[in-house]
Amino acid sequence: MLAVKQQAETIIDAIDRKIIAATQHGLPLTRNPYHEIAAQLGLDVQDVITRMQLMLDKGVIRRIGVVPNHYKLGFKANGMSVWNVPEEKISQLGQLIGAQDFVSHCYQRPRFLPEWPYNLFAMVHGKTRDEVLEKVEKIATLLGDDNRGHLVLFSTRILKKTGLRI
Amino acid sequence: MTVEPVSHHDARKNTELTQQLLNNFQHDIPLSPTPYADMAERLGVDEQIVLKLLKDLQDQGILSRVGAVFRPNRVGVSTLAAMAVPEYRLQQVADIISAYSAVNHNYEREHHFNLWFVVTAENPQQLDDTLADMESRTDIRILSLPMEKDYHIDLGFPLQLVQGGNHDR
Repeated sequence: MLAVKQQAETIIDAIDRKIIAATQHGLPLTRNPYHEIAAQLGLDVQDVITRMQLMLDKGVIRRIGVVPNHYKLGFKANGMSVWNVPEEKISQLGQLIGAQDFVSHCYQRPRFLPEWPYNLFAMVHGKTRDEVLEKVEKIATLLGDDNRGHLVLFSTRILKKTGLRI
Repeated sequence: MTVEPVSHHDARKNTELTQQLLNNFQHDIPLSPTPYADMAERLGVDEQIVLKLLKDLQDQGILSRVGAVFRPNRVGVSTLAAMAVPEYRLQQVADIISAYSAVNHNYEREHHFNLWFVVTAENPQQLDDTLADMESRTDIRILSLPMEKDYHIDLGFPLQLVQGGNHDR
C-alpha cells in the first residue's frame, strides 16, 4: 500500500534531523559532498550515508536526485485540480490518477462542507494553460461517473517557495 | 556527412549531457561518497564536466538542487491551508503568511479561496497553534486540508527533453 497516513512519526532521531537540515537545500557540488556534510556535523561519512539509506528505506526520503526548476524549464502553468469523488472508491481512484505521468502530486484531503466538497487533489503541470486543461480532461475521462464535480485552480503568483524546513 | 567545428560539436554535446543530467537522474543518484563520479561514469564523461554543468545549471536557476526529496509528514506534520482573502487585502495578508518560517509554499490561485499555502510544524499542537495565530493576525478563517493519503509514486518529473532517451518511467 502506497498510502501514508498523516502522523508525526518518531522514526528519525536528532542526528537524522541534523542531516536533513544540512542537506535539504541540496548537496554540495563537490567531489565528496557527503564528506563535507559529515565534517560540518562532526559525524563519520559512513554514518551519514547509512542514516540516509535508512531514511530512504523508511520512506522519509522519497528519492535522491537532481531537482530541476520546472518553472525555469518552461513549465509555467501549474493547475491544482480538485475532485469530488465517492469516499468508498477513493483509494482505487487515487492510485489510478496518481499513476498518470503528468500528475506530480496526488493526495486525498478532507472535505470542508458545504463550501469545499473536493477530496482528491492532483497537481498538473504544463507549458501552457491549455496543456494543463487537456490533462485535466484526461483525468475527468479516467474518473468517468465517479467525478461528482471538479475545479482547476491555476496559480497566478508564486508568493513563496522554499524547500522543506524543519 | 559534414564535419562540425569542434566548438559547435562541444556545445551540442553539452546540451545532450544537460538533458540527460536533468532527465535521467531525478530519482536514482547513488548514495555513495562520490555521487558525481558515479553519474559521470554512467554518462561516460569526466566527473569535472558533470560538476561544471551542474554548477552552471544552478547558476542559471534551471537546477534547484541536487539531493534528497523528503516525504511530507514524515519529518513533522504539515497541512495545506486555504484562505478567502478580499482582493484589496491580498498582498498584505500574503506578506504576513509568507513571513512565517513554517510556511514553505504560498501561492495565489484563481478562486474564491485565493491564497493557498503549506504550513509545517514539528507536531500537531504546534501546527494548530500556528494556524490559530495566523487566523488571529489576519482575521481570516483558514481551511486546513491536511494530506490524508498520498497516491503518487514519486519518480521525479518527466521533462520529455530527450527524444528516445533512456527515460525509465
